[in-house]
Amino acid sequence: MATVTADNRGLRLATRYAVLILIAIIFIFPLLFMVMSSLKPSAQLLADTKSLRAFLPVGDLSFDNYTDAFVRAPIGLFVFNSVLVTGITVLFCIFVCSLAAFAFVFIDWGGKTIIFSILLATLIIPYETIFIPLLLMASQLPWIGAEGFEIGWLNSYRVQIVPFIADALSIFLFVQFFKDLPKELIEASRVEGASWWTIYRKVVMPLSGPVIATAAILKFLFMYNQYLWPLMVVQEEGIRPVMVGLGYFTDQLNVPWGEVMAYLTVITVPVLAFYLALQRVFIASVASTGVK
Amino acid sequence: MATVKLRDVKKSYGSVEVIKGVDIDINDGEFVVFVGPSGCGKSTLLRMIAGLEDITSGTLEIDGQVVNDLEPKNRGIAMVFQTYAIFPHMTVRENVAFGLTINKASNEEKEKKVAEAARVLQMEHLLDRRPSELSGGQRQRVAIGRAIVRDPKVFLFDEPLSNLDAALRMDMRMEIGKLHNSLAASMIYVTHDQVEAMTLADKIVVLKDGRVMQIGSPMELYHEPANLFVAGFLGAPSMNFIPVTVEAVEGENIAISSPSLDRISVPGKGRSFTVGQTATLGVRPQYIRPASGDSGMLHGKVALTERLGSETVVDVTLASGGTLIVALPEDKVLAEGTETSFDFDPAQAHLFPETP
Ligand SMILES: Nc1ncnc2c1ncn2[C@@H]1O[C@H](COP(=O)(O)OP(=O)(O)OP(=O)(O)O)[C@@H](O)[C@H]1O
Ligand SMILES: [Mg+2]
Repeated sequence: MATVTADNRGLRLATRYAVLILIAIIFIFPLLFMVMSSLKPSAQLLADTKSLRAFLPVGDLSFDNYTDAFVRAPIGLFVFNSVLVTGITVLFCIFVCSLAAFAFVFIDWGGKTIIFSILLATLIIPYETIFIPLLLMASQLPWIGAEGFEIGWLNSYRVQIVPFIADALSIFLFVQFFKDLPKELIEASRVEGASWWTIYRKVVMPLSGPVIATAAILKFLFMYNQYLWPLMVVQEEGIRPVMVGLGYFTDQLNVPWGEVMAYLTVITVPVLAFYLALQRVFIASVASTGVK
Repeated sequence: MATVKLRDVKKSYGSVEVIKGVDIDINDGEFVVFVGPSGCGKSTLLRMIAGLEDITSGTLEIDGQVVNDLEPKNRGIAMVFQTYAIFPHMTVRENVAFGLTINKASNEEKEKKVAEAARVLQMEHLLDRRPSELSGGQRQRVAIGRAIVRDPKVFLFDEPLSNLDAALRMDMRMEIGKLHNSLAASMIYVTHDQVEAMTLADKIVVLKDGRVMQIGSPMELYHEPANLFVAGFLGAPSMNFIPVTVEAVEGENIAISSPSLDRISVPGKGRSFTVGQTATLGVRPQYIRPASGDSGMLHGKVALTERLGSETVVDVTLASGGTLIVALPEDKVLAEGTETSFDFDPAQAHLFPETP
């Protein structure tokens, strides 16, 4: 009996791992292709795509593509810009969207169901459809900067950040999570004399690790991948983000594919780092609070 | 320590009225228990006192001050929830000190009060643990500790023991009783466990459908229930109800009879009856005894005998149909199927004009 169940368990485990490995491979292959190709000269890269060699470190390997790519475009600057814009947006988004959700879930005020419905309705509007009006608006917004009062937000970091801080999806994620927090925790805090602000800081947010991580990852990916909007609103090279930077390689007849791959490999690093860091936070917070 | 006074307190959710005009007076240091069937509004009433629900109309006074519009934190109350509601991301110490921390108490004061609460609740060794490392009983202790450190005027408990197993429930019940004696604070305690109500309360408030059915000491309610509902609600096994017909009104006494009951006279206790009306006779199972021979007033056949150890509970099918429950001392056994007559002292019976 014992051996049978042990075998069964072994089999189950083996199947599970087989499936997981398969899924991992499906997801890893494009990355592998990117990294391997970045080490090959363009001609070989294209030839290799006809076979499995595309995924293998074979042939004439070097870091030449990287040095060339760094010469062609200010990659460090672009990565810095993207990380800055994305990071600030993510931080503000977590703060603003969780506060909004807090008000929707825990505080009673007139009209909140209607406003929440309107908010949810905006989920179905694609960003692309509002880009033109948004552009016109951004060009007329006032700002007080180093040179005093000015009109127009174009060509700035803020025009890449502010429109994307609050969004319905993030608020919705927080609302769903907050609804599942035990109501008594909030009531107990109120009885103990906590203000809404204290409840938000000391009770709700510390228990919201998983949803903070989720919202942050989604927002990070969205912001890091921004292309159309910065293309429209940013002309200066100094504040250009990574995706627009890709244009330095593709706006010619002979696309230097090796360099493109090198560029992509470099700009993927922050994404992986962010994801791995948050994954750890995510698991740790689920394990320690035991709320979910 | 404080008095609590409710005057014609009502609560509606939309068009549904769930508390329909409640008047209760709670004296300084009193232990008051709200009991009643599920959905009768116990929690709602308690939460209105706490300030977690608005009061639709009526007034609520704590310590002589109308507090209808005060925030929970300004009412001088502390509350212990059925689900404990302790913060999973804080240690026991941080949980207990939560109210003090957010009200910016000094560290010495926090230390002192937490230590004192931990001593009273015997949980000094748990202070550095997290809630996930505690048993249900220990979690409830933490919740009570959090209430104690704030020195509230009134403690509110909403079924604090109902998530615990029977043995632990008894321990914690005794501890809450001791706590009340040592703190001498006013306490309001919601439960639907009548043992908790009977043992802990100075005063029991029986609620049904958002109305107060009776207020009194446990013994008053047990011996002099004001109506059929209270009579049936308190006591285990619950009171026997026998439908009867009023034969005559003889001053203070009422003569009644039924197919399974010989004509007897029972005290009317000031309730008014008219001859010929149907009424309900209530007799507690403990006050019914087998009669010698056929001389008893109630006639029936033993259907089932359950020996519980401390007593023997006998189910009797009455001659007229209904069932009679008789609680006998442990050594008495009646064979199932025997025709038996039963007696009781009419002075210990209750006659209610209503029918169940
Ligand atoms: N937020 C609400 N909206 C509408 N009705 C409610 C709300 N809260 C409670 N009620 C209703 O009020 C009535 C009283 O509820 P309450 O929770 O006070 O009952 P209870 O006596 O505590 O019952 P239990 O013993 O099951 O805890 C119930 O009929 C319930 O359905
Ligand atoms: Mg309740």
